Amino acid sequence: MKKKVSILEHELVPLHEVMTEQEVTELLKRYKIRKEQLPKIKISDPVIKEIKAKEGDVVKITRNSRTAEKFLSYRLVTK
Amino acid sequence: MRTKRIKAIKFGLLSPKEIRKMSAAKVITADTYGEDGFPIETGLVNQRLGVIDPGLRCKTCGGRMGECPGHFGHIELAAPVIHVGYAKLIHKILSATCRRCGRLLLSEPAKQEYLAKIEEQKEKQADINEVVKQVFKEASKNEVCMYCGDYFSIDSEGLEEDLDKSSVSSELRERIEDRGFSVSKNAILHREIDPERLFRWGDVPGRDNKQLIEFLVRDFELTWVKKAKISKKDDNTVVISAGAKTLELSLSSRRDCVRLNFEGGRSYELPVKKEGMALFVYSYRWVITDTDKVYILKRGWDKLLIYCGERQKRIKYEKPTTYKEIEEDGRERRLMPTDVRERLERIPDEDVEVLGMDPANARPEWMVLTVLPVPPVTARPSITLESGQRSEDDLTHKLVDIIRINQRFMENRDAGAPQLIIEDLWELLQYHVSTYFDNEIQGIPPARHRSGRPLKTMAQRLKGKEGRFRGSLSGKRVNFSARTVISPDPDIGIDEVGVPVDVAKELTITVNVTERNLEAMRELVRNGKNHPGANYAIRPDGRRLKLMESNYETLASELDIGWKVERHLIDGDIVLFNRQPSLHRLSIMAHYVRVMPGRTFRLNPAVCPPYNADYDGDEMNLHVLQTEEARAEAKILMEVQRNIISPRFGRPIVGGIHDYITGLFMLTWGDKRFSKEEALDILRNIDFDELGEPAGIGEDGQPYWTGKQIFSVILPEGLNQEFRGKVCRKCTEQGLICRKEDCPNEAYVHIKNGRLISGVIDEMAIGSFKGMIIDRIYRKLGDSTAKEFISKASRLAINYILLAGFSFGISDEDIPEEGKEQIRDEVIKEAEEKVKRLIMAYEAEELEALPGRTLEETLELLIMQELGRARDEAGEIAGRYLGIENPGVLMARSGARGSILNLTQMAACVGQQSVRGERIMRGYHGRTLPHFKPGDRSADARGFVRSSFKDGLSPTEYFFHAMGGREALVDTAVRTSQSGYFQRRLINALQDLEVKYDGTVRETRDTVVQFMYGEDGVDPAKSVGGKSVDIDEILREEIGVV
Repeated sequence: MKKKVSILEHELVPLHEVMTEQEVTELLKRYKIRKEQLPKIKISDPVIKEIKAKEGDVVKITRNSRTAEKFLSYRLVTK
Repeated sequence: MRTKRIKAIKFGLLSPKEIRKMSAAKVITADTYGEDGFPIETGLVNQRLGVIDPGLRCKTCGGRMGECPGHFGHIELAAPVIHVGYAKLIHKILSATCRRCGRLLLSEPAKQEYLAKIEEQKEKQADINEVVKQVFKEASKNEVCMYCGDYFSIDSEGLEEDLDKSSVSSELRERIEDRGFSVSKNAILHREIDPERLFRWGDVPGRDNKQLIEFLVRDFELTWVKKAKISKKDDNTVVISAGAKTLELSLSSRRDCVRLNFEGGRSYELPVKKEGMALFVYSYRWVITDTDKVYILKRGWDKLLIYCGERQKRIKYEKPTTYKEIEEDGRERRLMPTDVRERLERIPDEDVEVLGMDPANARPEWMVLTVLPVPPVTARPSITLESGQRSEDDLTHKLVDIIRINQRFMENRDAGAPQLIIEDLWELLQYHVSTYFDNEIQGIPPARHRSGRPLKTMAQRLKGKEGRFRGSLSGKRVNFSARTVISPDPDIGIDEVGVPVDVAKELTITVNVTERNLEAMRELVRNGKNHPGANYAIRPDGRRLKLMESNYETLASELDIGWKVERHLIDGDIVLFNRQPSLHRLSIMAHYVRVMPGRTFRLNPAVCPPYNADYDGDEMNLHVLQTEEARAEAKILMEVQRNIISPRFGRPIVGGIHDYITGLFMLTWGDKRFSKEEALDILRNIDFDELGEPAGIGEDGQPYWTGKQIFSVILPEGLNQEFRGKVCRKCTEQGLICRKEDCPNEAYVHIKNGRLISGVIDEMAIGSFKGMIIDRIYRKLGDSTAKEFISKASRLAINYILLAGFSFGISDEDIPEEGKEQIRDEVIKEAEEKVKRLIMAYEAEELEALPGRTLEETLELLIMQELGRARDEAGEIAGRYLGIENPGVLMARSGARGSILNLTQMAACVGQQSVRGERIMRGYHGRTLPHFKPGDRSADARGFVRSSFKDGLSPTEYFFHAMGGREALVDTAVRTSQSGYFQRRLINALQDLEVKYDGTVRETRDTVVQFMYGEDGVDPAKSVGGKSVDIDEILREEIGVV
């Protein structure tokens, strides 16, 4: 029997969350940037597929960091 | 100066028209200067091509030397020649286009598709090469042109059976020849499925109706179907009907063909191919392959539609510039440059675009030269030799050759010389033009100078490390710089550099004469060439006056406010000091000048680590800053003291090495007593206020001071620190209690208010990369205090080591005979016994394999472990006989140089040699050397060196050691070159990234790369060993606990 495993549960996959529009606006304001100036992530990325983010969405990535314990990164989903 | 922004750069080929348009003169004479010594009017050093002699004016623009940039000329080539740089591309283009009409050998839809792909790539600013490569590949596969050729039809009545034959029947031939075409006896006929897909069975009726109708109209001339109704009778039958006319399409039961059933019982069969789940309908066609033509026959209503395309021939490219067309029968026909050019001319602009070229800027025929541009003389200046003889540039020589052959070619052709001679001359012209562009072409001998030296032509000027790009544009030689060997001077500060007087007199700084420095400047001018003096004085009108013995006095009195003086380098000037390879920013730092006699740059050894310098012949560069801004910037950003802490690991990189550590270690170790005279002698060149109260009165009744007290003199007041030094034996890790100040090894360094209470100064305290005291001073009291401390420490260390004396010789590796015996007869013998037993166990198959390893690996591992232990034990025994008073042990313990392992190898036992991390296995079959029996796995047969370096190695041991040594040597050589290249690539990839004021890392388009530098936003240069906060230190300071 095949068992479905979600890659999101793997310890090496950091937490990805789709941000709401309001959060995105605040983020862009905070860094004084346009949406295209965010780092990108491919829509074909396995995690993006798994959390079903759409093109143009911004995902918030929470990683463990060696220097800062927790580190937040934001990526724009693109083709 | 006005600055302009470059909007775009366009690359293209020069068209003959453009070459002639930009030409200032047509060059026809293969010579430079005439009998009279003046340039020949129509020659190569034409005065209209620019000026290179001072005083003359350009005949084109009227400019003087320096003003006139030079002008191009041109040579009209008597016959076209291939441009070698494009020879390969020409071959690809010829193979991809029709030999008759010049069109690209791809169908129109395919061309459109590729064009769209190219556009898409351009849009993305991506590389179009991949697409273009495919175009060439696909196009050159096509053997028949689909554009040129002829279309006609013949009556097909009565030919039904003739089409099933493999040769062309006389009936068919006749009918084709009736239309004015010829079919030879050898022509072959065969039926195939037309590669053009007609429609999808399931989509009719439906989406593919149009295709079906088009096909019926084209091949069967059934115009009525245009208005017909298409309907489905059942799954396997489709009916087309309009009024009384009907046509039935039925799929065969085997689903491999569709039958067209016409009224009156006639029917045609269309092949069906299954692709995945879908069924696609195709049509048949017949192909007649003749020697130089291909006929494609398609069946229609009552007739055959015949298409005849031009058959392509394979083109062979012979390096460097010859093309041959291969005939059907294998004969080869040479394509002369004229033929090639004609073919390229025929390619239409639309097709050129599909090849990834822009026909407005680069027509393919421009790759075959008819006119040759002559570069301006300023790009190939002639030089006058001492003898007054002129020596021309290599390019000029080459151009002379080209013109000479060109002339001869024309003369011979006009005189009606035989074809053979013309062709030879043509070949020669091609050779000269080719080597003019590139003199290192594969397959042809390079053109040589009279002396036999190969000429440096166009490509050679640009290529390589010394070429235009890497040698003249990315890197240039600079003024106001000096380079010489470095040597140590512990008496100068770490932020100083000793500059030889000879260098100081050559390097200058321009000073504006003002009210306040007028007298000082006059003095400098009066000194002239004598240091400290000046080399030039500049009048307010900008005239530079060279200072000479004769005018020192006059110029000094003439000197006034508004003048400028180019004065010598003097003490205190700020300069940049650099050692290659400049791998990090600490490879270039600002130092202050100390002019001194001698011929070398003097450098305090404490700053060797950041430069990675030593004194075995290293050379370093010095650059004198020329503007006030530059000096200010260097002072603020590049001073040595500002860079004491490395941005790599957040600890001092400047600090004591070698003798500095040894000196301070010896000074502060144990209970050393110094009389007042001795103490002051050690501190003789160190600035200090008070020696402090003596530690006590000696047996001789004189007061004495301890080494720790003397060291405390250079410690800044108010410094408090506690740490464990390099000599610490890590008692706490072994479950013992640290005795701190009472440590028997004096490992616990305690500094209280600038006084060394306990502990010995070693690498951990003042060494580079560690340097706890330096680190502490830098953070608590600032960079200048730290700089002062290191400078003072270096003098103190050297003063003491000079006084105490320190040497290490061969006898320092001696251990008494009993020790040697113990090592030889107990340790090593025992280990060898154990190895023997292991081998015996292995051979008796009693050995148990470790998890994840084979039996053999287990054996090797155990043997290695055993022998490693033996070596360490031998070292330990040796160590027992060598106390801390042994200089080798002292250096290793204090961290000055070397390790205990090094000493072990010298005094006790060198140990196991290895290649590829294993004991030595290679050599003969089953044995390493003929001294051993095959299959011998014992210690000495596999590279265990039981001797010490002091005792000397046996011949076999020596050989094994050389094997291991060779591997280590090769490894380092490979590693340095590899890591150097990795570093270069990393720098190239990251150089444009910038940490912005909001802490984000962004690239040039302001796109965020990292939302916070290093994720925590900490500058490692300001961190404590990479950590942003040293919490232990804060607690100790505030609450007084650890």
